Amino acid sequence: MGVRKTVEDDVPLLEVRDLTVRFVSGRGLFAKQVVTAVDGVSISVRKGETLGLVGQSGSGKTTLARAVVKLNKPQSGSVLFKGGNIFDQRGKEAEQYRRQVQMIFQDPYESLNPRATVEKAIEEPLVIHRLARSSLSRQERTLNLIRMVGLNPEAVSKKYPHELSGGERQRTSIARALAVSPELLLADEPVSMLDVSIRIGIIDLLKELKRELDLTVVFITHDLGIARYFCDRIAVMYKGRLIEVAATEELLRHPSDPYTKQLLEAVPDPARSAKEKSSTVQES
Amino acid sequence: MPLLDVRGLCIDYKLQNGYLRAVDSVSFQIDEGEVLGLAGESGSGKSTIAHSILKILPRSTRVSGSILVDGAEVVQMDDRATRAYRWKVVSLVPQGSMNAFDPVITIGSQIVESIRIHSDVDKAAAWRRTRELFSLVGIPESRVKGYPHEFSGGMKQRAAIAMALSLNPKLVILDEPTTALDVVVQRQVIGLLVRLRRELGISFLFVTHDLSVLSEIATNVAVMYAGRLAEISTSEALFASPNHPYSRALIHAIPTLSGNLSLVRSIPGVPANVLNLPPGCKFHPRCPYVFERCRKEEPRLKRTDSGSSVACHLFDGSEKDGGG
Amino acid sequence: MFKLVRLPKDRRVLVGMSILGFFTFVAIFAPFLTPYGPHQVSGPPYSPPSFQHWMGTDELGGDILSQVIYGARISLTVGFSVALAATFIGSLVGLLSGFYRGAVDEGLMRLTDVFLILPSLPLAVILAAYLGPSVQTIIEVLTITGWPLVARVVRSQTLSLRERPFVDAERVIGAGNARIMFRVIIPNLLSLIAANAVLAITGAVVGEAGLDFIGLGNPSVVSWGTMLYWSQNLNAILRGAWWWILAPGLCIALVGLGAVLISIGIENIFNPRLRGR
Repeated sequence: MGVRKTVEDDVPLLEVRDLTVRFVSGRGLFAKQVVTAVDGVSISVRKGETLGLVGQSGSGKTTLARAVVKLNKPQSGSVLFKGGNIFDQRGKEAEQYRRQVQMIFQDPYESLNPRATVEKAIEEPLVIHRLARSSLSRQERTLNLIRMVGLNPEAVSKKYPHELSGGERQRTSIARALAVSPELLLADEPVSMLDVSIRIGIIDLLKELKRELDLTVVFITHDLGIARYFCDRIAVMYKGRLIEVAATEELLRHPSDPYTKQLLEAVPDPARSAKEKSSTVQES
Repeated sequence: MPLLDVRGLCIDYKLQNGYLRAVDSVSFQIDEGEVLGLAGESGSGKSTIAHSILKILPRSTRVSGSILVDGAEVVQMDDRATRAYRWKVVSLVPQGSMNAFDPVITIGSQIVESIRIHSDVDKAAAWRRTRELFSLVGIPESRVKGYPHEFSGGMKQRAAIAMALSLNPKLVILDEPTTALDVVVQRQVIGLLVRLRRELGISFLFVTHDLSVLSEIATNVAVMYAGRLAEISTSEALFASPNHPYSRALIHAIPTLSGNLSLVRSIPGVPANVLNLPPGCKFHPRCPYVFERCRKEEPRLKRTDSGSSVACHLFDGSEKDGGG
Repeated sequence: MFKLVRLPKDRRVLVGMSILGFFTFVAIFAPFLTPYGPHQVSGPPYSPPSFQHWMGTDELGGDILSQVIYGARISLTVGFSVALAATFIGSLVGLLSGFYRGAVDEGLMRLTDVFLILPSLPLAVILAAYLGPSVQTIIEVLTITGWPLVARVVRSQTLSLRERPFVDAERVIGAGNARIMFRVIIPNLLSLIAANAVLAITGAVVGEAGLDFIGLGNPSVVSWGTMLYWSQNLNAILRGAWWWILAPGLCIALVGLGAVLISIGIENIFNPRLRGR
């Protein structure tokens, strides 16, 4: 069965070109310190893939993600979504972008409005974009979304964030992000603040949703094990620069950059430790 | 005689309307030169145990059972004896300690202050000791007059460890020492701890939710759930063949770089809420092997043939009572 | 907002609300509660508290209890109006300033600074001279000097709120500035604003008394402040008429206490919720 290649297949869903984001700290009399959080990064995301953006703190991965959702303005470079520069968008186009690209944040508690119930939080994007005409269809869609993320509407709809567990809060954030049926989902360390035993549950949910809803995912994390579990390709960042990008297994088995190698060496691995138990661990 | 011998430790926090049992009948031992990893998620009681050994729980907290450090009973210790004991026999690197430094005082001064609070040493001697400690933990002595913001995260953690070592304790308790650190720095800190243990013969109680880290450093691992001990094993035994369903599930819930990904599985349900615990075994609502007895009766820690101790009805074959 | 229904559960709040409720009731139903009229001469001058005059009489023989009761009307009116007006203006300025930052913030903050450094007394004197001493003038003066403090506090809270991830999240799902302000920032400011407003009542009541005391109010109007003014001018203490000072003073203090207790309750209702993780 031949598959006809459409124009869309050739253009990456998201393309970051030579992006630089700088921050200036200090005002007035105090010495201005310039921090280059993202330094000339270029990377593309293909439709349907899960790209892992891996790095330690200060690597710039979060800043990059925030630039993609227009929370940061770059000093130079561009971000193209389906070929169009997102920072040139105006009016309807800009509105539409908010339906096409969504984000989940790291802190499950802080990313929800303390004054909004689960229902209201998930409904919010529907109201903003005037999706689902009547309040009844909005309610229905909200209910569906709550179920889709594995929560029980009866149990959580009317609850406030402080009444939910970490996992429930994060699921709520996911439901909210999916309300607009986005094509691209950025997840910024979505499980690092959750208990270990439930992390994979949330990742599995994302895996399933990705499949069901035909999403493309950019997954930001410092945890290489989880990146391995979830991502098709992994991009390694360090001090604002993109170090290396490769298919997951390829990167893990044959890393080309010394930083990547150092990173992989540093991750504790019970299977490996068992073999090294008698030898002394080097302290650099 | 073990350096640390905890027997039947129960800790209750005082709430507005009664007491809340945070730790229930926990027993374990640490021998000299050993590292015990105390693993568990939030609400497991691991930090509470760490604080109880150092006697820094709120005064209203009820502690019963026995904590023997070098043969001396710590639970009933009076204030005077406690002051002689704290920091000199057992010390603590608290959670988030790298961020607990006063930003307007140099790190060296803070360590000197800590030394002089816990002992009768004069200022000059304290500074000498501080410089010694810096080189012990691998920070250049020239940085002794540096401020916290001039130190990297890893260096601050080393400084916190230095502070804990200042009076030559026999046991150092570390509460989540690597959690906020980058993976590369984490590796360095673990290397430091391994070296300290080898060179100084110090024992460590390493409290963490990160099981993988324990595989690098722990002699034995005690897994806690909802204030109770689920399993105590040697590190190798735990990772190779975990007994308790929770230990097993927890290990499989962590994807590694070289392990089999198809074995990775989440644990259904939510971590137990200490305010609202189920009857019987606290893990039973999430356990894939649950049967009737689990719902009614709490399992006791028992030793298995392989030498581990497990608190699970599945392992009730051996009749010997386990104690770690 | 409906969480405010939970207010009475806190015992301190209950006391505070009872006090304010009591005075409000008294003020509203003054004519029915007073044995005599506010300007009525009903007994011998400077008589100590007695059965006919529970709080004694003033220099003309007017009943002090009746004056205190009628005085509540003025004092509470000033208290509530100033609290409302100053809080409203201050919150609006603080919100816009903190939210938009940049030039708007700079401009509004300079304006706030100007009003902040205006000394209330000289301003009151000038306004009283220009507009004539009256309750209206007092309300205006207190509002003008009161709103800057509210603006600073609200601005500070707004600044910290807008940095929180849930505001970022709102932007990402497409909310515009107006929506973020009304649906996210303001609801999270309400507890702060409410607490401030209630506390402002205290400041306003005391402020009113103070301005009256130095003679900037209308002396022919009966309020707690003017009572203190007259008692001071006529040397009540020297004459041993302590009741003339105690009555209005105690009322001012009680109203202040009531307001403070309520504002503590408001803080406690909203904050533990936010802190409860």
